[in-house]
Amino acid sequence: MILYLLRRIVYAIPIALAVGFVCFMLVQIAPGDPINAIVPPDAPADVVEQVRKDYGLDKPLPVQFALWLSKVVVGDLGRSLATGRPVWSDLRTAIANTLTLAFTASSLGFILGCVLGGLAGTFRGTFIDRTAVGVAVAGVSVPHYWLGMVMVVIFSVQLNWLPAMGAGPGGSSDWAWDWDHMKHLVLPAVTLSVIPMGIVTRTVRGIVAEIMNQEFITALRGKGLTRSGVFFHVVKNAAPNALAVMGLQLGYLMGGSILVETVFSWPGTGLLLNSAIFQRDLPVLQGTILVLAMFFVALNLLVDLVQTALDPRIKRA
Amino acid sequence: MPASAMTTRATATGAPTPGRRLLAACGLLALLAGPAHAQGTIRIGMTAADIPLTHGQPDQGFEGNRFTGIPLYDALTAWDLSAADRPSAVIPGLATEWAVDAADKTRWVFRLRPGVVFHDGSPFNADAVVWNVRKVLDREAPHYDPRQVGLTATRMPALRRAEKIDDLTVALITSEPDSLLPINLTNLFMASPTQWEKHRAASPNAETAWNTFAREPAGTGPFKLTRFVARERVEMVRNDAYWGTKAKADRIVLLPIPEANARTAALLSGQVDWIEAPAPDTVPQLRSRQMVITQNLQPHVWPWQPCFTAGNPMADVRVRKALNLAIDREGLKQLLGGFMVAPVGTVAPGHPWWGNPSFQIRTDKAEARRLLAEAGYTAQRPLTLKIQISASGSGQMQPLPMNEFLQQDLKQVGVNIEFDVVDWNTLFTNWRQGCQAASARGAHATNVSFAAMDPFFAMVRFWDSRMAPPVSNNWGHFSDPRFDAMIREARSTFDPAARDAALAKLHAAGVDEALFIWIAHDVSPRAMTPRIRGYVQPQSWFVDLRLPYVQ
Repeated sequence: MILYLLRRIVYAIPIALAVGFVCFMLVQIAPGDPINAIVPPDAPADVVEQVRKDYGLDKPLPVQFALWLSKVVVGDLGRSLATGRPVWSDLRTAIANTLTLAFTASSLGFILGCVLGGLAGTFRGTFIDRTAVGVAVAGVSVPHYWLGMVMVVIFSVQLNWLPAMGAGPGGSSDWAWDWDHMKHLVLPAVTLSVIPMGIVTRTVRGIVAEIMNQEFITALRGKGLTRSGVFFHVVKNAAPNALAVMGLQLGYLMGGSILVETVFSWPGTGLLLNSAIFQRDLPVLQGTILVLAMFFVALNLLVDLVQTALDPRIKRA
Repeated sequence: MPASAMTTRATATGAPTPGRRLLAACGLLALLAGPAHAQGTIRIGMTAADIPLTHGQPDQGFEGNRFTGIPLYDALTAWDLSAADRPSAVIPGLATEWAVDAADKTRWVFRLRPGVVFHDGSPFNADAVVWNVRKVLDREAPHYDPRQVGLTATRMPALRRAEKIDDLTVALITSEPDSLLPINLTNLFMASPTQWEKHRAASPNAETAWNTFAREPAGTGPFKLTRFVARERVEMVRNDAYWGTKAKADRIVLLPIPEANARTAALLSGQVDWIEAPAPDTVPQLRSRQMVITQNLQPHVWPWQPCFTAGNPMADVRVRKALNLAIDREGLKQLLGGFMVAPVGTVAPGHPWWGNPSFQIRTDKAEARRLLAEAGYTAQRPLTLKIQISASGSGQMQPLPMNEFLQQDLKQVGVNIEFDVVDWNTLFTNWRQGCQAASARGAHATNVSFAAMDPFFAMVRFWDSRMAPPVSNNWGHFSDPRFDAMIREARSTFDPAARDAALAKLHAAGVDEALFIWIAHDVSPRAMTPRIRGYVQPQSWFVDLRLPYVQ
């Protein structure tokens, strides 16, 4: 197991390098100029060149990349071109906020998905199955930023029940798990949970339906096992695959909530990436994408380990 | 309990007791005192995606100056933002008077306001001015901050250094005679050297010290920063020791909400009291909920800036005039829900730089067709133009629908318009490279909006042949010795009235030559709850946050 862990960690190094390189090159290839994060559009050429020099943006691209990499390996993600603040200080807060949102949304999505998928798989072909599948299809089909806006109109603007934006009455820095703060979380979390709910529902339905058709279930019933006893065996067999899907979904939610975070002004990594893209804030973009990619790799590793622990049939070298 | 509510209850319950009489009297006094005793917190939803920098030289364009510049800091000169019915003029700020040296026109002497203190209690004086000039112009200064250079030096192109004469007198030296310096100086905000030194002592380097300063700044402005949450909020309280008219509101909270619908929803759900730039299609709904929508002419121009190089159809003044005459600006205004002013030049009639040009910008399609025909463009040989535009961007209003409207409108006079749509960052990167560069991709005009508060940024950088790329924003390579001479005259005329007259002559000549296709002035729409009182929307990019309060 330790060797397996070490091997997976070593595998992550080229992934990190590749992510950093691709991100760096994408920003360079895209039209525009990172200097625009620092100087206004009407800056005269001499000021632009002076600032470009001050920030090292006049150096050849390989040198810029090497300089960035040499700092990253010692844990320094650099400073934002736009604000001058260390990337890590902003990123740390943004990750905490996104984790709060992603875990809430994924918990909601996974629980609903498992319940709906389990019911649909158990009662295949019935009204319950068709309703659950309909909800799942709607979940993966509805654009979540649109859903977010509709929910804001209904629950914030019309009914005035829930706040439309932000991460608490005083911002996320004094976040607490009380209603004053949690009510800011409701709309973005529900919006974000819709896609994983749909995907998990369909996955669990498929797995449960397949397991229910297997002979050992008939044998268990034949042995006189109660309904809850059979259910326990179904869950045990379905868990590893469902868990893998959930792990991937959590990874997607970590990096893929740009639109939802923008709609709700939720100060997470999505909003951070959004403003960094528009400002061509290269260090923030590179740092955020690198950390998110590493998070995704780590999450996959964690899911593999949990799968192994849950399912003894999965053997690792 | 509001004073009015207290008075009502006293009468409603029968004969008032002595205690109730006292309460009612207090309430009446409070009412009579009016806004001077008004208080409250104003929560503002900005369009910026992040808090504009708070270290004294804000980023995020003029929205930064508006919200974390002027409220927290003062400059030597300031804009008069107290009236809505006239263009904002430059007035004394931390300097009470100034004059150019009669013997050396590159040397200005500024007398400083006595008795002013920074928020940290340290005195504002000539040393502080020299220190603040060095922070952006002296690379050898220990507190030199490259980040602030781009945001400041850009707006003071001629300033070179500062010299202390005595505690309350300072000399500012320019690279060439420049009468525009007092206007430029509205952009150089004075930060406290003492506060910075305190942070520097606890920081490994100057950059870190500036970052700490941004979280705990000290300026001389009417508000003091009390809370800074990166990317989320800034809270400011009234500076009761302010040297000028004190603010009426107790507290201002600034929230970055870049998405227009999210801003509108935040206002409608009561999370904020004031939003910048509401989504135009939500205005009827905002009005139906009794929100107040404000707007005023802004020194902003949304133009097509022509390319003047030889062989370019836009080099022909008849074509430029025809385009100016062919546009249905009233139709465009309807498209924008009324949120624009039809321009007749870079500045409006009544402005000190107006100058009464002979070419009248209006809608006259017949005259436009005649001019085009005279220039050789007919139905058989139509004029086709390519315009480089952006899909969005700061100050760009609604570039796609507006340009599509113009495309349809100009088709009526036989002009075919093609667009090269690039993103905002790319458009203004290309702006610095000029219409002859490959980045222009053969465009005949570019669509970059600009601020026109300062003569340098309103006219000089576009019409001075020395400002051709890569020096500045004369994208079209316009070159005319007559204009160069007028600009020299304006910059070397130091009597303000005579300088304005020279600028008026320049502006009138620019309109007569149709050096832009003037399409719209933005009106900076804002929406706020009816509880906000005392607000004045000046003809400026800025507002005076000392005036509004919450009732």
